Amino acid sequence: MLFLLIRRGLRQHLVSTAVAVLLVALGMGLVVSVWVVRAEAEQSFTRSASGFDAVLGARGSKLQLVLNGLFHQEASPGNITAEDYQQVKALPMVDRAIPIVVGDNFRGVRLVGVSDDFFQNLEYAPDHVYTVEPGGRAFQVGQKEAVVGSLAAHQLGWSIGTTFHPFHGLDYNPEAQHSEIFTVVGLLAPTNTPADRVIWVPLEGVQRLGGHDPAAFTDLSAVLIRFKPGAQAAGLMLDTRYNRQGKRLTLAWPVASILGDLFAKFAWFEQALQALAYMVAVVAGASVFSSVYSSMSARKRDLAILRALGAHRGFLIAAVLGESAGIGLLGCALGFGLYAAIASTVQEILRTRIGVLFEPWAWNPVMVWGPVLMLALSIAAGILPAWRAYRLSVADGLSPLS
Amino acid sequence: MKAMGSTPALIIRDLVKTFTAPSGQRTEVLRIPFFQLEAGQQRAIRGESGLGKTTLMHIIAGIMEPDSGFVAVGGTEVTGLSEARRDRLRAERIGYVFQTFNLLQGLSAVENVMLGLAFGKGAEAGAALAALERVGLADRAHYLPRQLSTGQQQRVAVARALANRPCLILADEPTGNLDAARGRKVIDLLRESASELGSALLVASHDPEVLSAFDQAIDLAALNQVSPREEEV
Repeated sequence: MLFLLIRRGLRQHLVSTAVAVLLVALGMGLVVSVWVVRAEAEQSFTRSASGFDAVLGARGSKLQLVLNGLFHQEASPGNITAEDYQQVKALPMVDRAIPIVVGDNFRGVRLVGVSDDFFQNLEYAPDHVYTVEPGGRAFQVGQKEAVVGSLAAHQLGWSIGTTFHPFHGLDYNPEAQHSEIFTVVGLLAPTNTPADRVIWVPLEGVQRLGGHDPAAFTDLSAVLIRFKPGAQAAGLMLDTRYNRQGKRLTLAWPVASILGDLFAKFAWFEQALQALAYMVAVVAGASVFSSVYSSMSARKRDLAILRALGAHRGFLIAAVLGESAGIGLLGCALGFGLYAAIASTVQEILRTRIGVLFEPWAWNPVMVWGPVLMLALSIAAGILPAWRAYRLSVADGLSPLS
Repeated sequence: MKAMGSTPALIIRDLVKTFTAPSGQRTEVLRIPFFQLEAGQQRAIRGESGLGKTTLMHIIAGIMEPDSGFVAVGGTEVTGLSEARRDRLRAERIGYVFQTFNLLQGLSAVENVMLGLAFGKGAEAGAALAALERVGLADRAHYLPRQLSTGQQQRVAVARALANRPCLILADEPTGNLDAARGRKVIDLLRESASELGSALLVASHDPEVLSAFDQAIDLAALNQVSPREEEV
């Protein structure tokens, strides 16, 4: 009977109930979105470092090196020589060293020159290696062949056998088309990393394109480095060698910390969003109060009737708090729906623009404390109306008297 | 609580109730030395508005506490119980019919009747439907009060009062909002149903039509020996 009364009470004041539910949903959706998107975005970026521990490149910003080398964003700070690559590759603590060259695109999709090591059992995540989809193959060194990332292939509508003329530069300029023709020989199996967004070609494919400086035919944009397991000290050693003692190269290491610095730059924005989310939560609480209070006042007589029929005061408290909790629960359920909508938008943007896999339902404590907070706020908003119901005089509520 | 058996349905002894006016003056509204209603007995109390009929009904039902005196329903002293126990007693042993029906507008007829059971024996749709059938409204079980005529609404209220098979039914101006014909039907229904259930019935009214339905109507003015003077607090 209690649940029936709560349900009917909410339905009787449908408009104010709906407004309160929507505000709770908005508060809940914002609180969860702000916390999860922030935490999960950073996690996603770190996961998407493709299994590399460091990036070696020309002297410059570590963040720029990471963004350019691992996320295929931004420009390279400069070139390094083939000797630099050979030296770092020969170090005993280095497990894999993958050289890359950037500088060309096809209609905005970046071409990345890479050594054929890339397709030789290179892990981008534990137990996951870069592979070419069945029916295709890896490019051959020295040939004008390409393996296309899954997102890039989808975006360009390419398949095996497609031929294309690359364009010079990282940004698409129709006037700057190279004369060389490349052929797609394989499609990279999806990795949910930025590797899906680019066109992979042999190093020489980029280095020796027409119009490039012949003196720099062997130069590289960066070397992606993975240390041997348990060789964390290697990072410190190379950090000292390249960043402190050397003046020509920069070692971006550790990648997670550099990405953390990137997110730290947006802390003010995150704090502003958090403040906004809290404000909406408080407004939602006020709306629940207003809804339950007006509902209680309008149904003073109903409550008196219940008392006259034998309901004890505790029952009235439960009925009023039940209404506010009901609004809170409905709002939380709807709030998760709102969060799902926001998260799927963020997921799509990160996937298509950066190639980062955002996992909206990965565990985050806000998934628990968010709804608990909104539910607690809703129930707290019902306390005063419940107290008024508790104090209700049955005789006064049952007017007219004879 | 004591068993009902053949104990009187209602005993009132030395009952006094006063109200304090906003001016601070204390006004005595009830002083009833003795009144008794046997099990299954039906009585009407005659009284004009303002004479304390509703106050008396509220005190009998345990909704309101008297200043002093003794009230027992079905052998249980209402005046000696805590509020929670009075609520329980009211839910289990008393059926109450109000002048303004007092149906919950958001609930259907059967749900309103279930309310009469909810706080005592427990809400049970079967018993509620049986009560509605008794008042001839089984086919309107799922109508909301606003979809029923005033006479039908009062019959739902009667069904609610009967649903828990109370030992005492209190009806406070039960025909006050009905025309004469419908009023008479409701009174007949109340009397017949109370007889069938073996419940005592106490009806408070100023309507001669209602009072004429009873063998004996007690004049509240005679029963109630309030002091004519008002004392300053």
